[in-house]
Amino acid sequence: MYANENKITGWNLVIAFTALFIGGLFGPLQKLQGIGLNTYPTLSSLGIKSYYQGLTIHGVLNALVFTTFFIIGFFTYAISRSLKREQKYPWLHWLAFILMALGLLVAAVPILGNAATVLYTFYPPMEASFFFYLGLTLVVVGSWFAGWGFYFTYWRWRKDNPGEKTPFIALASIITMVMWQIATLGVATEILFQIIPWTLGWVEGIDPQLARTFFWFFGHPLVYFWLLPAYVSWYGMLPKQAGGKMFSESLARLVFWLFLALSIPVGLHHQFTDPGVPPAYKTIHWILTFSLFIPSMITAFSVSASLEIGGRANGGTGLLGWISKLPWGNPSYAAQNLAMILFVFGGIGGLTNASYDLNMAIHNTSWVPGHFHTTLGSAVTLTFFGIAYWLVPAISGKQLWSRKVGLWQAWTWFIGMLLMSNGLHILGLNFGMPRRTMIGSAAYASADWNPLLIEAALGGIILGISGLLFYANMIGTVFSKKRLDEPIEMPVAEPYQPETIPSWLDSWKPWIATTVVLILVAYTPVLIYLFGNLNASSPGFKVW
Amino acid sequence: MHVDRTEKLFIFGSITLIVIFAIAIAISGIAYGIQVPAPYEQVNPNTVSTPGNSPFGAPVDERVRELAPGKYEAYILAQTWVFQPNEIRIPAGSELTLYVTSKDVQHGFLVQRTNINMMVIPGQVSQVTMTFDDPGEYNFVCHEYCGVGHQTMYGRLIVE
Repeated sequence: MYANENKITGWNLVIAFTALFIGGLFGPLQKLQGIGLNTYPTLSSLGIKSYYQGLTIHGVLNALVFTTFFIIGFFTYAISRSLKREQKYPWLHWLAFILMALGLLVAAVPILGNAATVLYTFYPPMEASFFFYLGLTLVVVGSWFAGWGFYFTYWRWRKDNPGEKTPFIALASIITMVMWQIATLGVATEILFQIIPWTLGWVEGIDPQLARTFFWFFGHPLVYFWLLPAYVSWYGMLPKQAGGKMFSESLARLVFWLFLALSIPVGLHHQFTDPGVPPAYKTIHWILTFSLFIPSMITAFSVSASLEIGGRANGGTGLLGWISKLPWGNPSYAAQNLAMILFVFGGIGGLTNASYDLNMAIHNTSWVPGHFHTTLGSAVTLTFFGIAYWLVPAISGKQLWSRKVGLWQAWTWFIGMLLMSNGLHILGLNFGMPRRTMIGSAAYASADWNPLLIEAALGGIILGISGLLFYANMIGTVFSKKRLDEPIEMPVAEPYQPETIPSWLDSWKPWIATTVVLILVAYTPVLIYLFGNLNASSPGFKVW
Repeated sequence: MHVDRTEKLFIFGSITLIVIFAIAIAISGIAYGIQVPAPYEQVNPNTVSTPGNSPFGAPVDERVRELAPGKYEAYILAQTWVFQPNEIRIPAGSELTLYVTSKDVQHGFLVQRTNINMMVIPGQVSQVTMTFDDPGEYNFVCHEYCGVGHQTMYGRLIVE
């Protein structure tokens, strides 16, 4: 059973982690450039023509490719195990995988050929090769196919199990996919209706302000698309690994529904400093963004309480004594708990970014990469590493090569990220150091910045070492001769107390309706305004 | 729906906290007169710097003007990879209104050690007014990736 699912998951993970390896390599190099150790002249002879081409590879591969492939792979595994059935149409999932892989290939050619050095946000009127946009579109469309595959499987399950509540892991994963499909409509609109006609010369100019708005319709829920799979693990799996129980199953479900409804109508909080968007619309998005604080805070409480149950079951006592009784010797657990701790900083920083005019203190400074390396780079990536520590053995049938190396990996990532993120946060907040900039070559870089740049570079090097430890462990596992003594099952957290789940927490209609209404409320006025003030006059520029 | 008493308290506390934050931001924003960038004017990026078309087309040394004693305005054109003008001098205590637009790709405009922080988007004019009381040199830097020379794009605001 699950032969197809295991293969699909496996291949998605191979591409995900290969992408992260290549994309990740540039991370330490960027930080070394900041302190004057410039490797880019050498890289130029290897075909990487500039810092920014490397940065494009770093962003596209890490933020878009690694995440999407990992998530599709993880969900293919998790949904089938959670529903205890194979995917209904395996071919649909293979087709999804082929489309995504093809898209990656089509986009990789211009990126590696320095024909798409536009970073992962590809703001027009910077104009990349047509194939860059085509490739990204195929990756997204491929992921839609995977989502449709999950829905068919789920519908079939519902038909076969009338009146039964959907198992949590399957429900949460499918909610995430639905959110993704709605969110990607924004970037699809930008690419299909604005960028492609303009790249092909059918229209002369593009409206960059409108393009940004479509991009961020997608760009903010994108971060929840990364984060929610980590939440699936934290709520649904990690308590089991810790010997605990899911503290509140109803609230866990409510949190995912709230993320479906609230992730999308908040995109303008990335555009607080945009000149072409009236402040009234920004205010609406600001308030909606603040409401996202609630499901995040519920998660902090519920997940901690679920783990506490584990710590106490393992013999922990007292107010904090249970923490030391958590399974810190298990790299899968340690990585994910450390990811949560880093995410506390990500959450606080994120609230600052969302705080309307306060945002101007840090917008587009190095504070922002400092922030999202504690969210995407830690809460998500380190959790995905933690998942890989059980998932890769589970699908390969091999024992994890080394628990010890896994623990070193998790802790070095934690320490490296604290250093790098701290340096970047302060450089942005106190000195206004811009993000996405080759700082080692910037004339305005001040000597005052050096201690923090050195701290960030040190963090970058430690992160690089941590990454290598992860890859050594994965390769060691896959090519190991030690087969598992008994198969690894997906960890599934049991509810702490038997609960009756209210039917509105297992019902799609009200939540989809709420989602649509909130999107209409948040985006109709601003889109009417932007179309009423359309300024599609920008020709394309190749500036690299 | 069952929710534990401690968690109920926690959720109530979280809601209270975020409401307080929102009120604090609103009140301080009004009290200090902080404005986020707002639509000011639209232009055609292809012709905005043509002499005679707009203040952005004026000779670079005429783009900073004293409107009244202690009241200045500056029209800054952003393009790869310079701001023009890239040096602005005003006396301490002056009120300065900045107008920034781009004739090519997206740029950013951040005056370090101040709250001035705007996107610069072709077709839109970004506008901000601020009073500079403390003498000193303030760098203004491009904070949006705009091509391989992005790191060289900056200017200086000198408050004398």
